[in-house]
Amino acid sequence: MRIVVAMKQVPDTTDVRIDEERGTLVREGVPAIMNPFDAYALEEGLRWRDALGWPVIALTMGPPQAMEMLREAVSIGADEALLLSDRAFAGADTWATAHTIASAVEKLGDVAMVLTGKQAIDGDTAQTGPGIAAALDWPQLTFVGRVSEVAGDHVTVERYVEGGCEVLRCPLPALLTILKDANVPRMPSIRGKMKARKMEIPVWGLEELGLEEGEVGLEGSPTRVVRIRTPEMRGGGEIHEGEPEELARLLADRLLGEREPS
Amino acid sequence: MDYYLSEELREIRDLCAQIADEVVRPAREDLDRENRFPTEIMRVFAESDLFRIYIPEEHDGLGLGVLALCVATEEISKVCGGVAVCYAANALGAMPILLSGNEEQKKRYLPLLASGEKLAAFGLTEPDAGSDAGAIKTMAIRDEKDGSYVLNGTKQWITNGGEAGIYTVIAVTDPSRGTRGASAFIVEDGTPGFSYGKKEDKMGIRASATRELVFEDCRVPAENLIGKEGMGFIIAMKTLDHSRPGVAAQAVGIAQGALDEALRYASQRKQFGQRIDSFQGIQFMLADMATQVEAARALAYSAARMIDAGARRFEKESAMAKVFASDVAMRVTTDAVQILGGYGYMREYPVEKMMRDAKITQIYEGTNQIQRSVIATALIRETAARGR
Ligand SMILES: Cc1cc2nc3c(=O)[nH]c(=O)nc-3n(C[C@H](O)[C@H](O)[C@H](O)COP(=O)(O)OP(=O)(O)OC[C@H]3O[C@@H](n4cnc5c(N)ncnc54)[C@H](O)[C@@H]3O)c2cc1C
Repeated sequence: MRIVVAMKQVPDTTDVRIDEERGTLVREGVPAIMNPFDAYALEEGLRWRDALGWPVIALTMGPPQAMEMLREAVSIGADEALLLSDRAFAGADTWATAHTIASAVEKLGDVAMVLTGKQAIDGDTAQTGPGIAAALDWPQLTFVGRVSEVAGDHVTVERYVEGGCEVLRCPLPALLTILKDANVPRMPSIRGKMKARKMEIPVWGLEELGLEEGEVGLEGSPTRVVRIRTPEMRGGGEIHEGEPEELARLLADRLLGEREPS
Repeated sequence: MDYYLSEELREIRDLCAQIADEVVRPAREDLDRENRFPTEIMRVFAESDLFRIYIPEEHDGLGLGVLALCVATEEISKVCGGVAVCYAANALGAMPILLSGNEEQKKRYLPLLASGEKLAAFGLTEPDAGSDAGAIKTMAIRDEKDGSYVLNGTKQWITNGGEAGIYTVIAVTDPSRGTRGASAFIVEDGTPGFSYGKKEDKMGIRASATRELVFEDCRVPAENLIGKEGMGFIIAMKTLDHSRPGVAAQAVGIAQGALDEALRYASQRKQFGQRIDSFQGIQFMLADMATQVEAARALAYSAARMIDAGARRFEKESAMAKVFASDVAMRVTTDAVQILGGYGYMREYPVEKMMRDAKITQIYEGTNQIQRSVIATALIRETAARGR
């Protein structure tokens, strides 16, 4: 059995801008980092690797530069890494990405769990994880705040949903998207860094995955980004101070006033 | 300045910088205020292999030597000199075993230290024996029946005291032979008759534990004697010669941390309608601080490289690095407080702590007066040798 952590290299959002004309994020000159949410997925994989001995494979689909992020994952503790990269994969939407990753998981075989972050901070769709589950026809457990048990054939998790927490048990294999409540990611280690520097990380493209051009990348993407823009900032709030009664009246007047503009 | 560190050393530097920033920085203020040992941070260091750096590969270490230890210590010290000494004191405690231990001792203890499962400490100083280490009174009397030793006495101000699992302790086995009558022992935490005295409340490096080691009829097995009887003092001096570049690196790190804070502050603080870093009076201070820090670093790295290259004698260079870097740390941190003005004097800003932390580097592992004696003695000896 093994654990796959599907991760993504993203631009550091602290200074990302949008190119409104091309409908894309401006990535030039922006440092690429491991999607912060994926660090929790990786840590969760490593924790269960430590407990069960199932090796962890860090996997990403991306350009050759994404190799850097995979090396980082190995320096933190991933046992193996796999890069899915091919010119034909470019421009993939979440469906095509999930389809490509799912084919890799199938080809790897013997995978008990695929873990992903809650979402990627560039696209913010939270679709790829569930998409992989759908493509594999596996059960999916999203927004997992705690993985309480992984046994040979099932997993028990706590899903943090609005207003509460669901405890679910699910047969393996399954896909889990992990929240940052789940753990505290560990630091890289020196031996991990040395191993990462020397590791030959395999690259799988169309051929290795046995896919057709039409089912990957832009061509295989059923959705198109029509437009992307920064929404206008909402105006700031108002702060009133005074006696509770007075304030309640003010608020009531304002609410009523808004319903029937005077 | 680019020291053309190897790829491995650059990796270690970057990793330590990351850990210092993400793990040490958020904790340093509380650790300092509460005089609290950073147990959790030591665990992170262990998991990241930082304790393996200076342990040989055959004993589960990385065998990277003194320069690598200096690079790691410097990075941690940039953020907290207190946490850094908790780390570096392990190398000090391990050094007698590394330098003079037999295969059995190395096999038994070094893997425990490499993994960080156990911390180490070095016990030489006593209430009446500081600079004059030859005046130690802790006795180790050999029991002729089984060859074991019975220790009695008190060690004072031992870094990692009470936190470490493995102690290397210098004690007198033959009082008639003076400095040739001391021997080095490995004492494990939990050995009957071995306990800890009071924990000191210090000016700086407050995250570190500085404590008494108390030996009352503490029986240590014969196999825990390091080297031979009578070698204790030589082992202690060799240990300190190896570890002083580490103190220099700690000093360089503290100074660099203070310089960075001063630079940042000077670029933001405005007086008389201008940034204070536009005043030449401040600029010259910054330039001198940076130059001194770089010179200290160059000296520390050079001494470390000399040791790693297998030099036979290096007590002079090791002492030079320690004395110079620690004096630089004291001056640079004092100037950093000056540049931050009244804010620099406040606990809210990190530079007053850096100034408090810097002071110890001029005192421990041999005061700077003693270092100057070591340097002068070496100079005189070298001159005499040349004259012959
Ligand atoms: C926080 C802390 C941690 C420490 N950790 C350890 C540890 O882990 N292990 C350990 O064994 N020890 C440790 N020490 C002890 C430390 O090494 C000693 O404090 C140091 O060697 C100086 O000894 P002393 O304090 O007794 O000063 P003294 O020797 O009493 O010196 C007092 C002053 O006299 C000067 N002086 C002394 N002799 C001479 C001389 N011949 N010529 C000129 N000036 C001289 C000194 O430079 C100093 O200025 C620690 C100390 C501190 C404060």
